[in-house]
Amino acid sequence: MAKRSTKTSAEAAPEAARTPSMDKKVVMDLLYHMLLIRRFEEKAAEMYSQGKIGGFLHLAVGMEASCVGAISTLRADDYVIGGYREHGHYLAKGGDPNRAMAELFGRIDGMSKGKGGSMHFFDKARNFLGGTGIVGGQIPIGTGAGLAINYNGGDQVCLVFFGDGSVAQGVFHESLNLASLWRLPVIYVCENNLYAMGTALNRTQAVTDLYKKAEGYGMAGEQVDGMDVLAVRETVGRAVDRARRDKTPTLIESRTYRFRGHSMRDPAAAVYRTREEVEEWKKSDPIVLLWDRMSREGIISDAEYKDMDKEITQVAEEAVRFSDASPEPPLEELLTDVYV
Amino acid sequence: MAIITYREALNQALREEMRRDPRVFLMGEEIGVYQGAYKVTQGLLDEFGPRRVIDTPISEAGFVGAGVGAAMAGLRPVVEMMTFNFALVAIDQIVNHAAKILYMSGGQYRVPMVIRGPGGFSVQVAAQHSQSMESYFYHVPGLVVVRASTPKDAKGLLKSAIRDDNPVIFIESETIYGMKGEVPEEEYLIPLGVAEVKREGTDVTVVAWMGMLHRSLEAAEELEKEGISVEVVDPRTLRPMDKGTILASVRKTHRAVVVEAGAGFAGLGAEIGTIVTEEAFDYLDSQVVRVTGANAPMPYAKNLELAKTPTKAAIIAGIKKALAI
Repeated sequence: MAKRSTKTSAEAAPEAARTPSMDKKVVMDLLYHMLLIRRFEEKAAEMYSQGKIGGFLHLAVGMEASCVGAISTLRADDYVIGGYREHGHYLAKGGDPNRAMAELFGRIDGMSKGKGGSMHFFDKARNFLGGTGIVGGQIPIGTGAGLAINYNGGDQVCLVFFGDGSVAQGVFHESLNLASLWRLPVIYVCENNLYAMGTALNRTQAVTDLYKKAEGYGMAGEQVDGMDVLAVRETVGRAVDRARRDKTPTLIESRTYRFRGHSMRDPAAAVYRTREEVEEWKKSDPIVLLWDRMSREGIISDAEYKDMDKEITQVAEEAVRFSDASPEPPLEELLTDVYV
Repeated sequence: MAIITYREALNQALREEMRRDPRVFLMGEEIGVYQGAYKVTQGLLDEFGPRRVIDTPISEAGFVGAGVGAAMAGLRPVVEMMTFNFALVAIDQIVNHAAKILYMSGGQYRVPMVIRGPGGFSVQVAAQHSQSMESYFYHVPGLVVVRASTPKDAKGLLKSAIRDDNPVIFIESETIYGMKGEVPEEEYLIPLGVAEVKREGTDVTVVAWMGMLHRSLEAAEELEKEGISVEVVDPRTLRPMDKGTILASVRKTHRAVVVEAGAGFAGLGAEIGTIVTEEAFDYLDSQVVRVTGANAPMPYAKNLELAKTPTKAAIIAGIKKALAI
């Protein structure tokens, strides 16, 4: 990955403008997780091309800031649920890249013993609730996790991730109504990548500023630059604080973009968007944006970045080795877990 | 034994399980302040409060999905469908989510949830409120489907359903809510997946549930006067089905009739008929006979409505067909 041209010192943010979120430990962690997701998914694409991964593979390359920024605000006991483009959310929640890759490979060491696949990541130990392939299906389920938190008198929150396509589904609207009515500690993060599969936002939504949907349900709605991990972290962080403290839900629209196609079967530009548009958005690569900023502020050296990238590349390669070595699920798995 | 209505039996089951397990809570339309559209939840808001008896908006997909999430997070929701016909609005949450999450998560997440409410034919409520809903659900691996035909079964099976770690579809009946029956005074459970011989006989086996069970029992009474001894088996749980009890009965009587209120095409009669043919063929002295509802939506007009669902006369005719008389 190429860093942008080095900025002059005059362009660098003045010392006083540094926010607490530029704390080195925090930003190094954000950068690490975004890069981990990027390298993991690039490796997954490679493995798909080799036929080691089958079915649908929806990658979030370009959208890493959304999930990493949002999930970085959580405690380990908070809940996360996503849709079918959820590898990043899983890794951001502290998921194990080896087990994730093994799940993609359909092997016994995957989180679901290879029975879920790309669209169905679950990890109970991390309160990671899925993983659903039905657009919007996760939204009421995450809402129910919020209900359970209140029922038990807990102070956890649930982050529900979905795309702009989900906003056209009835369950999105039903869930926002329930969450606001019942004061549930749920943060709805709409990762608006401007296309519901191959249909542009203005062809699916009468009102394209999706955060405005919150107003009709009496909840806070905010729009954030989903390519800016610090902005996402700050916006979601405020919503998480509100949810913990006041039991109020929030709808956040994170404006983002996927650099690759809808799935591996869809080329990056395809028929519904232009190569120029994709290239233009790539200038806002969330990883490069953060790396740039960290460099300018002297938080990371080029050598440190290279070391981090090298380490992460090894993690992705190790995930492939681990998954190659993991056996296929035994045939008796076909009929286990149908009923408890 | 106490004599109580089916409705009261369900109410007792809910009350006892809520007292026993603080994780059990109720959710649904009009179940609290209104006391339930069919009064099954009468008095429960008063005893348990709004935290555990939650009135919902008319939002079936939303609150069934919320039940799934709450169950995954460790609670044991009992979600009421005002009528089971409305479950079709939530069928994605039931079939794609509740039923499959255990499997898709490789056994990590259980969905211990009961979805209950009345289904089947009623009295002139027409096409969208009279469907035999079990067939939409018993096809789905991962779902348990219960149809309890008597007050005693209703209480014992609902308690078991609430304690079960699988999603359970528990379909009651508007026409049976007022039916009275003997129910033990002491606590009891009826296990899921176990059929019951409701009437012993030697000449022919009739398999039926809910309204059709009661109609079949009436038919059996009448046929007894003609010297025909009818055994009536109630599966009680449609999935998983207790094949053993049905097959044992057929091996004894050598003849089988399945009676179902729903449309016959691809109904449960087809499945039970196939089970009997595959596993007890050598014992059969005649073809398996199906007596089913007409393959049409439920009409409103009284005469057509009566013609839609098997009558006692139709059941008797079906039994005689199996007996070749």
